[in-house]
Amino acid sequence: MEFIYTIYNETYKILLLLIPILVSVALIVWFDRRVWAFVQRRKGPNVVGPLGLLQTVADALKYIFKEIVIPASANKLVFILAPIVTMTLALSAWAVIPLSERIVISDINVGILYIFAISSLGVYGIIMGGWASNSKYPFLGAIRSAAQMVSYEVSIGIIIINVLLCVGSLNLKDIVIAQEKLWFIIPLFPMFVIYFISALAETNRPPFDLPEAEAELVAGYQTEYSGMMYAMFWLGEYANILLMCALGSILFLGGWLSPVDIYPFNAIPGVFWMIIKILLLFFMFAIIKAIVPRYRYDQLMRLGWKIFLPFSLLYVVLTASFLIYFDLLPNKGI
Amino acid sequence: MLAHAIFFYFFSIIAIFSAILVVVSRNTVHAVFFLILDFISIACLFIMIGAEFLGMMMLIVYVGAVAVLFLFVVMLMNVSEQKLSWFRGSRKSNHIPIGLFVSVIILLELIVVVGGWSYRDTFTETKFLNFDQKITNTHSIGNVMYTDYIHLFQISGIILLLSMIGAIVLTYRQRVGIKKQSYLKQISREREESVKLVDVEFNKGINLDD
Repeated sequence: MEFIYTIYNETYKILLLLIPILVSVALIVWFDRRVWAFVQRRKGPNVVGPLGLLQTVADALKYIFKEIVIPASANKLVFILAPIVTMTLALSAWAVIPLSERIVISDINVGILYIFAISSLGVYGIIMGGWASNSKYPFLGAIRSAAQMVSYEVSIGIIIINVLLCVGSLNLKDIVIAQEKLWFIIPLFPMFVIYFISALAETNRPPFDLPEAEAELVAGYQTEYSGMMYAMFWLGEYANILLMCALGSILFLGGWLSPVDIYPFNAIPGVFWMIIKILLLFFMFAIIKAIVPRYRYDQLMRLGWKIFLPFSLLYVVLTASFLIYFDLLPNKGI
Repeated sequence: MLAHAIFFYFFSIIAIFSAILVVVSRNTVHAVFFLILDFISIACLFIMIGAEFLGMMMLIVYVGAVAVLFLFVVMLMNVSEQKLSWFRGSRKSNHIPIGLFVSVIILLELIVVVGGWSYRDTFTETKFLNFDQKITNTHSIGNVMYTDYIHLFQISGIILLLSMIGAIVLTYRQRVGIKKQSYLKQISREREESVKLVDVEFNKGINLDD
């Protein structure tokens, strides 16, 4: 009986987090398109619902009612699995993100490693989709995207090491609590910039959207997908972007902490600040999509391996020596 | 405890069956996917016994990096459909005797190792492994790895670095006659040095040296 109660309790908690995330993904797509439109002095989606807020719902309904076409020479099982893998991984990483001190599904000790592992699995959805389509453009797109994600994961990993040196714990809550006095964006500002650019590359956003560069590869790995399966890729992509924004705000912007620790600000619940920070980061993602031209592939690889990787390694050495010299290393007793 | 047992058998059955399918599946890409499934279920087993750091490392290193490389190799080498020609006896292959020889040796070694295994009957109350419940296993691995075994740890790091440099040296070749774009040159180009106004006489044309 206790077993069933646990399952009921956990399902309840998961749904309570999952449904708001799916809704906010829908809203964030609308926000993205609106920002994009305003930069280009257009109106953007403004017809369905108030201010066009329901545009994504209308799109989703359209996708649901469209026919799912599976190419004749495709590998059917892998073809169907690919969008499911993408979506599932994008949503399952949210299990460890603390939205405030108490709102978190599972508060595990290796939270940051869990997120890193899940995001490194994300490449499989793309490779599977590209390979199973059995067609030229998806395959080229998948190969590009896999190389890109693997390269930029390295620099994200080293940036995370930088933050962990200052925290002394892999728990996401501890990372936020360690920033009570000073947000890490101030001492680690170069790392924040590199994290942001690597997150753009990791989620295949412009200017690094080479896997789906429409001028060269039609739509990259999504070319053969239609209907709900395409929509799942698309939702998974935006859920991943939101996840990267949430991780950025936890690592550098102090998570649920209020910007100043004085009365009217610290009385506001932490979820509010967390959402504000995620939205701020996402706004930067959207602006960059609108104003920056696409990178060439060799430039992308040069940026990742020859600039970001050495620089962030150097910064690890600098941070570590600074912490040791001024005797600021956390958790000295253990 | 019941849930624990159910999950344990669930993951172990998946691990064993996917390991078998890695070997027997005809399509090599499918084999790599089963290998990934195997890695993931083993990582889940690690997490279930409380070694969450090992489990996550398994996911990051093996699934996130090593298996991606396997997948690349298999996809790019175009060996996706193995025809199993030796099995039907259409062509004589000399891989089989060597393979059998190696696998028999491995089997013998495994038998020797498992046979010589001494089981401790008080395994659960091991005294020389003092667990402190307050220290997470990331901390305790770090405590051992960076103090007692620091030399071994660094030597293994150096070996990995050397093999990486070796692989780069082996595959690197200097190619002549290719055009390279230097971005510094491109962005530091000024109008003065790249555009000039030339008066061309009628019916003479101009000779551009470039």
